[in-house]
Amino acid sequence: MEIVQQIINGISLGSIYALIALGYTMVYGIIKLINFAHGDVFMVGAFVGFYSITVMGLSFFPALLLAMTICAVFGVLIERIAYKPLRNATRIAALITAIGVSLFIEYGTIYVRGAQPEAYPADVLPSKSFEILGVTINSQSILILGVSVALMIILQFIVHKTKTGKAMRAVSYDAEAARLMGINVDNTISATFAIGSALAGAAGVIFGIYYVKIEPLMGIIPGLKAFVAAVLGGIGIIPGAMVGGLVLGVVESLVSAVGYSLWRDGVAFVVLILILIFKPSGLFGKNIREKV
Amino acid sequence: MKQKQTKGFWLSILLAVVVYIVVQVLSSSSMLNKFYENTLYFICINIILAVSLHLIIGITGQFSIGHAGFLAVGAYASAIVTMKLHLPFSVALIAGGVVAAFAGLLIGIPSLRLKGDYLAIATLGFGEIIRITLLNIDYVGGASGMQVSHMTDWTTLFVCLLITLIVIVNFTNSTHGRACISVRENEIAADAMGINTTYYKVVAFAIGSFFAGVAGGLYAHNFYIIQPTNFGFLKSFDILIFVVLGGLGSMSGAVVSAILLTIISTFLQDYPETRMIIYSLVLVVMMIYRPQGLMGTKEITHFFTKKRNGVKGGKPDGKHTAA
Repeated sequence: MEIVQQIINGISLGSIYALIALGYTMVYGIIKLINFAHGDVFMVGAFVGFYSITVMGLSFFPALLLAMTICAVFGVLIERIAYKPLRNATRIAALITAIGVSLFIEYGTIYVRGAQPEAYPADVLPSKSFEILGVTINSQSILILGVSVALMIILQFIVHKTKTGKAMRAVSYDAEAARLMGINVDNTISATFAIGSALAGAAGVIFGIYYVKIEPLMGIIPGLKAFVAAVLGGIGIIPGAMVGGLVLGVVESLVSAVGYSLWRDGVAFVVLILILIFKPSGLFGKNIREKV
Repeated sequence: MKQKQTKGFWLSILLAVVVYIVVQVLSSSSMLNKFYENTLYFICINIILAVSLHLIIGITGQFSIGHAGFLAVGAYASAIVTMKLHLPFSVALIAGGVVAAFAGLLIGIPSLRLKGDYLAIATLGFGEIIRITLLNIDYVGGASGMQVSHMTDWTTLFVCLLITLIVIVNFTNSTHGRACISVRENEIAADAMGINTTYYKVVAFAIGSFFAGVAGGLYAHNFYIIQPTNFGFLKSFDILIFVVLGGLGSMSGAVVSAILLTIISTFLQDYPETRMIIYSLVLVVMMIYRPQGLMGTKEITHFFTKKRNGVKGGKPDGKHTAA
């Protein structure tokens, strides 16, 4: 039963990774940039959620919506200010910029409010434990999973059924051709950043409620792991990011369960390197040969 | 032509010896106080790190952002040699370098299949794996770190710095260096011209990490304690910023920016957030307005010899093409 318990914990953690990974994978799919700042948008979301619950006295869902909105605006701002001037630059220049933006958000936050951690209030969501066949399931994790799955379904709907989604798919397929067909590429990229950042913001609030402690540097490790999840599923592929996130969460929990909890953070990177070496296109990806 | 180069070489050696003697005299006559001396040591270590990463990123175009991992390997390996095996410091430095070079080989070999930002993220992952591994080995003290006695002195530091610079300059100007530059410029084309791209990438990784390991040894024996937290990816980014600011592909650029940024960050030591905000803004603004860095692919010596623009590769208009 211990194993089942760990798998359930892993799925809760994995759904958080999956939410962040979706933003990575969408942005990578559309402008081929590893958006290092994405993990920090997640952090900002956690803090917006925290302040809207404690200072403004909002309940869970309004706080979640507020965090998502602010993160969406924030994501678009990052894109417009830092990444847009680099549309035609080398990919390494873009990557270095992303690292710079990430450091700026982290230390900017520390500069503004200090480095001390905060604790999410415990009574945001009713916490009740159910016993099913010897496995304890917390009502919080059910709700968290529910919210994550709902957001992912909404995302699938946006990407496959709306005009914006169609434009996003077109731009990720071939930006130049999309531009010729009358698609506003810049707006589409901004929309991608907005949606991805909103999901990261939601993940931040959910993370805060589930793990209680939040701090300005909290975005780094979950951000990197979410990137690993995106690569694991095949970067640029939305269902891949979800599956990758869940797989990574479960693997991590199982590693903790067998007694190597100190190695937990390393496992994600081992998984990353193994995937990159043996199947760089990810679990869901197709192999594409590079042309000269 | 050949003679001219040799002349330049001996001239710089002479200059280096003068610098060495001046600092030696200053510090032995205690005109150089502890604070300045420490800053100077720090500058030298950072130059070695910057130049070793420059070989990997600037010359070979392999975007590695886990350099602190090699630093950590070198630091711990050399600390084990001196503190646990009680061997002399020079042996420890070489051991640190060799172990780090092996780590570099280990990373270089998967890099056959990776490029661009995939390699970047993989090296970042390697760096983190090294840090977490060190955190979990009780032999080296785990999270609480390892006691190391202070052994780094000016002479050792200077000799190591000089050897690093000489080796990297000569490597860059050799056939192998030009092969590395061709890999940077266009890997597929270099491959088509019969250059064993895999071999050169791995060699660059091995040499770069060797010197990072030596720097690690110097770093460890300059402080009294080393901890895995000292070698997180913030340290890697620090080193990366030296290379990026100086110019991807310019060794003198890396040296100059290492000196400059070390001095700046020493003075900002009491305001770590401000320092990181400045660093990050420098990165972003630099990439937007001058992505080739301060020096581009030019070396300082190019300013004295006006013609022969762009001998180091790069486009004729001087625009950098690294990465």
